Amino acid sequence: MKGLFALLAAFVLATGAIGKEAAPLAEDEAVEKRLLNIAEELRCLVCQNESLAGSRADLAEDLRREVRGLIKQGKTDQEVKDFLVSRYGDFVLYEPPVKPTTWLLWGGPFVLLAAGLVALFAYLRRRSGQVGKAELTEDEKQRAEALLKDNP
Amino acid sequence: MNRFLLPLGLFIVLLGFLAVGLNRDPREVPSPLVGKPAPAFELAQLHQPEKTFAPKDMLGKVWLFNVWASWCVSCRQEHPVLVEYSKKGVPIVGLDYKDQREDGLRWLKQFGDPYLLSAWDGDGRVGINYGVYGVPETYLIDKAGTIRHKHIGPITPEAMEQKIMPMMKELDK
Repeated sequence: MKGLFALLAAFVLATGAIGKEAAPLAEDEAVEKRLLNIAEELRCLVCQNESLAGSRADLAEDLRREVRGLIKQGKTDQEVKDFLVSRYGDFVLYEPPVKPTTWLLWGGPFVLLAAGLVALFAYLRRRSGQVGKAELTEDEKQRAEALLKDNP
Repeated sequence: MNRFLLPLGLFIVLLGFLAVGLNRDPREVPSPLVGKPAPAFELAQLHQPEKTFAPKDMLGKVWLFNVWASWCVSCRQEHPVLVEYSKKGVPIVGLDYKDQREDGLRWLKQFGDPYLLSAWDGDGRVGINYGVYGVPETYLIDKAGTIRHKHIGPITPEAMEQKIMPMMKELDK
């Protein structure tokens, strides 16, 4: 009986210990939030289809550590990105900057759209010219009327 | 006949783009550091922790800065090439990247040491400053301390013969 009571007490005490609030993962939530924001727009160089935020590669962890350090130093988002671009090149940015070497990349779709529209209008104009010419001769008209009368 | 010529031409152009795209190695990201001064640092040496190494110690020389690690498998592939060229007198400084000191030392003992010395970058900070994202990587640095070329991945005898040695000879004049 005494043993049972002790066991019961142990359970009660144990649940008290479990019911503690989970500690936050990061020490500073504001820094972590900004880190995540910046890292979403950066590419991990090891697994190139992953963002720096999502990658579990060793290098990504190191780079997140560096970015965290820069944020704590009070650097702006742009300064953090510049830090990485100066080391790894534009490739780390998921959104490439607009400059002479990327004009084709940014402008290409619009050039293709314009070319498509020009081609479409040229085609439509040519076709409407052909459609306009189709008129019935006197013989054909009489035949058409005769056919319509026969099959009301 | 004529109406097929235009789509066919466009298709061939597209094919050309795809062929070029498929034959490029996406792992070779051009380094923005080429043409810029090698980032300064001061690190403890691998063999003699009490001594340090800084890139400015090599001013006046054309040298190779090779990033390696004992955990890096493809470093084994390039290692015999480095050993061979160090015997020919090519100055190579190593950067033992994110490695345990003992592991690095054991690795050099096992495979041979082609380096004048190795700097020990335990936490990988210097690696980040050099834009290292995959070991091995090798930088060619000129007499004034400017990075002239970056080789990503294991160095092959062909890369050494066709690219790196001619550049080193040219820069050494």
